[in-house]
Amino acid sequence: MPDTITELKSAPEVTLGTPEVKSPEVKLDTPEGKLGAELIAGLGEKPVEQKIAPKQEVKPASPIEPVKRALRDGFGEGIMLAAQENPDVVALCADLTESNKLDKFKKEYPSRFVEVGIAEQNLIGVAAGMAHVGKTAFAASFAVFSPGRSWDQVRVSVCYSNADVKVVGGHAGITVGQDGATHQALEDIAIMRCLPRMTVIVPADAIEMRKATVAAAKFKGPVYLRSGREKFPQVTSEETPFEIGKAVTLRRGNDVAIIACGNLVSEAIIAADTLAKEKISARIINMHTIKPLDERAVLDAAHDTGAIVTVEEHQIIGGLGSAVAEVIATHLPVPMERVGVRDTFGESGTSAELLDKYGLRAQDIVLAVRQALMRKEHHDIGKREVLKVPAAVVKTLKKVKVASQRKTRAKAKPQKPLRKRK
Amino acid sequence: MKDKELELLANSARQELVKTLVNAQSGHTAGPLGMADIFTVLYYDCARVDSNNPSWPDRDYIYLSNGHICPIWYVTLAMRGFFPVDELQHLRKINSLLQGHPHNETIPGVENSGGPLGQGISQAAGCAIALKADGKPNRVYALLGDGEMDEGQVWEALMFAAQHKLDNLTIIIDRNNIQIDGPTHSIMNLEPLGDKLRAFGWNVIGIDGHDIGEIKKALGKAGATRGKPTAILAQTVPGKGCSEFENNYEWHGKTPSKEQGDKALAELQEIRTRIEKRWF
Repeated sequence: MPDTITELKSAPEVTLGTPEVKSPEVKLDTPEGKLGAELIAGLGEKPVEQKIAPKQEVKPASPIEPVKRALRDGFGEGIMLAAQENPDVVALCADLTESNKLDKFKKEYPSRFVEVGIAEQNLIGVAAGMAHVGKTAFAASFAVFSPGRSWDQVRVSVCYSNADVKVVGGHAGITVGQDGATHQALEDIAIMRCLPRMTVIVPADAIEMRKATVAAAKFKGPVYLRSGREKFPQVTSEETPFEIGKAVTLRRGNDVAIIACGNLVSEAIIAADTLAKEKISARIINMHTIKPLDERAVLDAAHDTGAIVTVEEHQIIGGLGSAVAEVIATHLPVPMERVGVRDTFGESGTSAELLDKYGLRAQDIVLAVRQALMRKEHHDIGKREVLKVPAAVVKTLKKVKVASQRKTRAKAKPQKPLRKRK
Repeated sequence: MKDKELELLANSARQELVKTLVNAQSGHTAGPLGMADIFTVLYYDCARVDSNNPSWPDRDYIYLSNGHICPIWYVTLAMRGFFPVDELQHLRKINSLLQGHPHNETIPGVENSGGPLGQGISQAAGCAIALKADGKPNRVYALLGDGEMDEGQVWEALMFAAQHKLDNLTIIIDRNNIQIDGPTHSIMNLEPLGDKLRAFGWNVIGIDGHDIGEIKKALGKAGATRGKPTAILAQTVPGKGCSEFENNYEWHGKTPSKEQGDKALAELQEIRTRIEKRWF
């Protein structure tokens, strides 16, 4: 099997941020090609199992399928499968049916589709009411609107009432791009994660989104499913297991653990590849369920590698990074770095430009890994010295040029070099 | 059920309510007293409910959108046999079944958790559309406060119900003209409320919310209306039956002391005697 990651990096058609460009180069006679072609040609008409080519070989550790698809495509397919399996599955939308990929569902199951108009508070309330009659209600909008402006309804009508409602936050993350900061949901994981009873799922690619949607339909109770618009490479395959609350190790490694979620898992894989060249073996964990967090996987990673880097297309406050930090700070503190949007709003731009500017690229992950490793080297639990930043770290910090970043260093380090960086 | 019987039941509910509130020393007084007649007619005469089987699939669904008036809901459910009347003394107490605002999971007969205003009507609309899609005959009722009509979500739900022609949905608006900060017309004017509801595509019925006959008639009309949801605009007197609490917005969110409660109970007993003496 060719090194798919190298292909990914060299092939222009999979450069992030060019959604129009499809990948015609994929040959249909290769396993990936077959899989890709089948995925593109109307998934959701038959159960998943039938679509798997019987002799297909899939590398267990982190293959990136060169086929780029958006999370929302996976949702559109998943809800069709869920609807086939369970006649009580209904879908609701707030005037964003096509954007949320519910158009096929609407066409196929008109009596099970409810349009609520541009009214996200009512969207969640109506979904909860439908759940009272035994429905499994998927309520979809853009994440900035729901759960953004329907948080109280999600809290009381859904979580406190334990209603079987799946809140689907579409177009989440900074990669929604040109619409700008108002439409870039970067806080949704935080506001959903803090709610009792809520399960929070952030799938890494379209295939995983499809599996997550089917799993959410089978799961009784509130679920938040984070979807996205931009096309990203596949990082999981049909064979990759998916179980709510169970992290997937995409690549084994013992020097550092990169715990990522959502679209940025693909960047984490590219980063691991770069690190491999430096003889740093990075474990990659796809943490698709943020809540309940797979604490076992986090602690194993902390124990085995002694350094953790989290990666998410979300604020570094309140999301995956915070969830992981809570676990390791409680049980097994090790040096940790968080890659994410650093307490700031986004702006208009292509998703590629935004990923670059806001420090969400493989190169940023590599930098974070180096810092974590340096701290690990000087990490000595039980001694006061751990609070001081070693000279080697200070030296590297001066070199780092990531716009408006690394404010967390400020406390541990004198002000002067920080100013120089800007 | 005869009007006189229902009036006596409503009077019993009010007396039970005053005792409950005096005991709880926390909660709302005016709204629950004002809605006693409507709750009584709904639970004893109109809605199909089974206290032995609160989750009976053929039941009518009753939602309380303005959750803070739940003491009257609890009293009615207890009297109707959903749970022992003794439970009422634990209202708002630690480890109690009866939370300060209703919780669907702990209290038999309570369909929705509520408190944050505007949420109940949306849930009722969702319930109604799901029942309709399944071709079921169950009816859905939602009780709202007039102050609650300030919430945008209420109007989202009103538009939704009319758009989807949810004629199995009936809302009853407790038009008692008060909210926490004062009279509704001085805080946020709602008038002309009936016209607004009609303009939103609803069938509107205005009634005296203390006239048992009118309440019964309006609920009957609502059930017979096809093609649009019905809103019953019930003019009520906050604190009804106890002169000290009547029409005084200060009694929205506080409870009577033992002495005030005893005075109220004496007044309610007087009213009861009058009803009993009546020949019709």
